[in-house]
Order: sequence, then C-alpha cells, then structure tokens
Amino acid sequence: MNGAAASAGAAIEVEGLTKRFGGRAVVDDFSIRVPPGTIFGFLGPNGSGKTTTIRLICGLLRADGGRGTCLGHDIMTESARIKARIGYMTQAFSLYADLTVRENLDFMARLHRVPRPREAVERALALHDLKGRANQLAGELSGGWKQHLALAAAAIHEPDLLLLDEPTAGIDPKTRRDFWDHIRELADNGVTVLVSTHYMDEAVQCDRIAFIAWGKKLIDAPTGEVAARVGLTTWRVEGDDLHALQRDLSGRPGIDQIARFGDSLRVSGRDAGALAAAIAPLRDDGRHRWRQVETGLEDAFIFLMAGVEDNFR
Amino acid sequence: MNGPFSLARVAAILRKEFTQMRRDRLTFAMMIGIPMMQLMLFGYAINTDPRHLPTAVELRDDGPATRAILYALENSDFFAVTDQVTHGGEARDAIVRAEAQFVVTVPENFERDLMRGTRPQLLLDADATDPVASSAATGAFAQIVASAVAPLLEGTALEGDLPDPAVETVIHRRYNPAGRTAVNVVPGLLGIILTMTMTLMTSIALTREIERGTLETLLATPARPAEVMAGKIAPFVMVGLVQTALMLGLAHLLFRVPFTGGSLAFGLSVGLFILVNLSIGFLFSTLARNQMQAMQLTFFFFLPSVLLSGFVFPFAGMPAWAQVIGQGLPNTHFIRIVRAVMLKAADLPDIVQPLLSLAAILVVVATLAVLRYRRTLD
Repeated sequence: MNGAAASAGAAIEVEGLTKRFGGRAVVDDFSIRVPPGTIFGFLGPNGSGKTTTIRLICGLLRADGGRGTCLGHDIMTESARIKARIGYMTQAFSLYADLTVRENLDFMARLHRVPRPREAVERALALHDLKGRANQLAGELSGGWKQHLALAAAAIHEPDLLLLDEPTAGIDPKTRRDFWDHIRELADNGVTVLVSTHYMDEAVQCDRIAFIAWGKKLIDAPTGEVAARVGLTTWRVEGDDLHALQRDLSGRPGIDQIARFGDSLRVSGRDAGALAAAIAPLRDDGRHRWRQVETGLEDAFIFLMAGVEDNFR
Repeated sequence: MNGPFSLARVAAILRKEFTQMRRDRLTFAMMIGIPMMQLMLFGYAINTDPRHLPTAVELRDDGPATRAILYALENSDFFAVTDQVTHGGEARDAIVRAEAQFVVTVPENFERDLMRGTRPQLLLDADATDPVASSAATGAFAQIVASAVAPLLEGTALEGDLPDPAVETVIHRRYNPAGRTAVNVVPGLLGIILTMTMTLMTSIALTREIERGTLETLLATPARPAEVMAGKIAPFVMVGLVQTALMLGLAHLLFRVPFTGGSLAFGLSVGLFILVNLSIGFLFSTLARNQMQAMQLTFFFFLPSVLLSGFVFPFAGMPAWAQVIGQGLPNTHFIRIVRAVMLKAADLPDIVQPLLSLAAILVVVATLAVLRYRRTLD
C-alpha cells in the first residue's frame, strides 16, 4: 500500500500511454486518473481502444510509450504485482467451459493463493447468487449467468481494483440490473471499478466517465457534468410522422444532431440561438409538440460518437 | 435461384476454402512440407539393405591372411572396420553401446593353423537385435572370408589337401539369436508411442487455452510461466509412466520380449525421455495458433522420429546427413537406451552417452519453450 500512497492515492494513473498494432495507434497519448473507491466508466464506440487500454493497465500488453501506475505499481515493470491485486473480467467469456461453476471459482481462488479457498468459493457463490448453479458446467450457463460467474471469478481474491471489459454486452436488462447491483456492492466495500460499456443506463451509474474514441480520450468528467461539458441545447419533439419531420430538419443550419428516442425526436445544437431559429418555422405548425429539455448523457454521447471531437480536445 | 445442385454455390464454397487455406500459412507450409519431407526421407535416407556397418576387430594374431580378410571385409561394402579392441569386454561394450554392429575376432595362431590346414575358427559377433540390419552381412561373411584366403593358399604344398572351407566361420547372433522382429520392434515402439502421445497431448492442452480464450484469464493472474508449465506437464508425466508400464507388461506377456538390464537405468531414461517430449509439446504450443496447427507440428516432428531414429530402418544404413538429423531426435537416443537395457543387459555406465544427449536436448528445448511462452497478449 506504500506505493499507492506515493501516487497520491490514485488507483490508476497513466500518462501518454500509446500502443500501436502494425503501425496504427490503437491507444494514442492516453492519460487518465482513477480515484480509489470510484466506479469509473469507459465509454466509446467499438474499436475505440477501450479493451487495449484495459490490457495495458493490467500488464497484459506492453505499451509502446507513456508511463503509469496501477495500485501504485509501475505498469511497465511490475505487472506481476499488479496482477496479484486486480480482478480482470475479459470481454469474451474466458473461464473453463468444461469445469463446473464451483471448480472454476476454486481454480481462480487457488491461482491467487486465497487463504482457505473453499470458504472463499462458498462466499462468492452466495454473494453472486450462484449457489443453485454451483455444480453446473460453466459452458452450459446462459449468457447472463456466465457473466455473473466471470465477475465472481474476477473478484474471488478480493482485489483492490476490478477491470470489467464490457461485462454486460448482449445481456437482458434484468440481468444487467442485477449485475450492476453487484458492482455497486463491491464498490461500497472499497473496490475501485473500471468498467467499459455501451449502455447509457449503465454509464449514469458510474461516478466518473471517460469517453474514448479513436484511441483518444475526448471527455473525462464526473457523470453529472458530462452533458453540460458537451454544451448542447436540446429540444424534444413528439407527434405524428416524426420520420418526415426528421428528414425536414436535417441539414438545417443550427441543428447539429437529430436522434430518435422511442416515440420522440431529440434535436440538439451547440448554439442555442441558432437552434431556436432553425426550428422556429416548424414549432407552431400544430402537428408536433416541442419542448426544451435538459441535454442527457445519451444526447451527449451520440453527439461525441458522430465524430465532432475536435471541439473537445 | 434455388436449383437442385448449384455449381455456383460449389464454386463459392471452394473459393472460401482456398482463401482460408491461404491465410493459414502453417497449414499451407505443412501441406507442402510433409510430402517433401516424406519424399526426402523415403527416397534418400532410408535403406533397408545397409552397407558399411561399423565393425570392431579383435586381433589376437596378425599376418597376411588376417590382413587379406580385413581388406576383403572392407571391400565387400558390408563392413566398415571402425575400431580395434583388445579383449572380449571391450567387444561386448562396443556392441551394447551400439558403437559397433559386428565384432570380428581373429584367434591366436590363426595364420599358422590356416597354413597347416587345421581349419582355424574366425568369430563374428553380430548385434542381432535388429535382424534386418545384420542379416545380409552375416549371410555374406563366410563367402567373403573364403575368397579372401583362397589366393594365399594357392600354389602352397597343401593345396589339394586343404579342408573346405579353409576357415571355419562362427557367427554369434547376439541378443536375438532367433532373429525375431518383435524383440527389436517392441522396445523401439515404446519410444514411438511416448513421442506421439506426449508431444501431442501437451501441445494440444496448451493451444486449447489460447483457442478458448482462457489464456487471457490465466495471464491476468499472478501465475508464472514456469508454474503454468510445471502444472500443465505433470499430469502427462503420469500418463507416460502408465503407458510405459502397460507396454512393458504386454511386451513380456504377448511377445516374450526379455528385460535383461538395470531397472534404475531404465526408469531414469523413461523419465527423462518423457520430460523431453513434453517440453517439445510445450514448445509447439507456443508456435501454433490453434489445435489443428499443434497437431500438424506434432506430425511434422513425428515423421522423422519414426524414420530417422533407427526404429524401423537401421540407423547405420542412413547417409551421414540423415544421421546428423537423427542425432538431434530424442527418440534416436531413447531407442538405443531401451534396446540396450532391455535386450543387451545394459546398465547405467553403458547408456551415459545417450542419456547425456537426451539431457542436452531437454535443456535446449525447455529453454526455448519458456522463452517463447507469452507473458503478454502481444
């Protein structure tokens, strides 16, 4: 713990991290600081470098440039020490399909030299509601339960830091909610969690969010401030034939983004005045109900993903 | 467009297969490499009628007849005199250690007895463990000797009274007097079976971790490469020992193959040989990207292990380059050990040389394997 104290208590602190694959920078001059005990969200489109960044932090990949510490240990030279204190949940299920749930947990507990592994396994089974499936082969579990098992396995040795790489991809909403309850519980017990996700309902549960695209960090802020930082003004439109309205609106100066959310459209722009002017002719046609709303996380992220990143460097 | 049998669809699948084949470079190399290797091995290296077999001579007499006989032996192409021994113990050692296939003993007073016409004996000790290797040479021995001494006796006073033949050739087919093939093949087979199963099982067990993605989990734990290697290899050591016990039992029960040498020497050699093959399997797993490639690499290694190790075809009959390759194969040394210990009553001092060779191969392969083992996903 001395090392952690030396880096001012940050669970992860990296600077200028760069990783190239075949000449292409997948992670490019990436810096981040994750305070201990927080749930830190990694957001970004597919292929944005989230997985590579996580692998660099835990020493599974060697960085081509930059420096950093994870739990106070140098990520370049002390990956063995880092591995002992982190739990890593891979994007694809990577436990043993031909071992049972209990056997998988037992294996991981023993690899980490957990004292009294059997008790640790039983505790994990209870904590993650896996007791009823303890003797089932991991390969036969449904997608949701596989992820529960993977989380239990990653956390079996009570790590100080959990790295969760898209832990809820392709899982039904109910299971996702249960899964996040577990993440919360772990965080409440002082574990730092770094989690990558595509889901906005999950992103809002994070304490802090970094948005990554093309291997670069575009935004890094407490979750509540992200929308404000992007600086969008948003109007919500309800009514008939939204598709035609969307076609009509698109391309008008002042409108930077039109996104369909269920039965409504959300129309956003960076310049509030220009946006108001753009929609003015349509506001009173009586066919739609217009209302200015607070810009949400999702609006902000769709906007970021659309590639207007230059304004936020 | 859903006709009964579409050539266009066949062509689409065919195209896809070729694209995949091209991407998998190792498979592609193996498709070319294995037939090439087979052609080279069967065409050039293998010789079921070996010549120039290493022969030691023990000369208790010397003279024109002795020299004529040695010259004739060399000239016959069957024998190559490589060594001179001074007493019977050395002769035995030379055969046990497979340094000599034959020992020719010229007895005391051979020259005198020959000229007196009392038909002296000329002794040929043959290593008959491999009946194929020695049969042609032993068959020709009497004739070679008779032709060699004939010119010396021509025109002497004794001509006419000479016994026929003038020299009595005595042939000892050692260690396998009945020339049974099973006696030779079964001990050799132990090396083949261990080579095949040990390398294959290890390489597959490890590439499976890569293929299923579990390696990433393993790499993210504090487990060290040496720990992973030891843990993954240990179960197969036991499998190898069980196989060995089974083979030995059946060899004795079904084929009456004797076991004449030291058990400690045998146990030590089997243990070492299993370790060597497991390290080779481990090394293959660091080269292969999937289980299919691991199998191909194993097969690529297995082929020379069968053909160039002296298992089916006599080692001494192979050209020099093939013998050099053979020396690098653990199976070559193991087969020598097993044949020496089981059939020739060898003990530790007799097998020091091949044991050291096995140990050297182990050190090289294990070092390469640990160096190649990926600590990261790079």
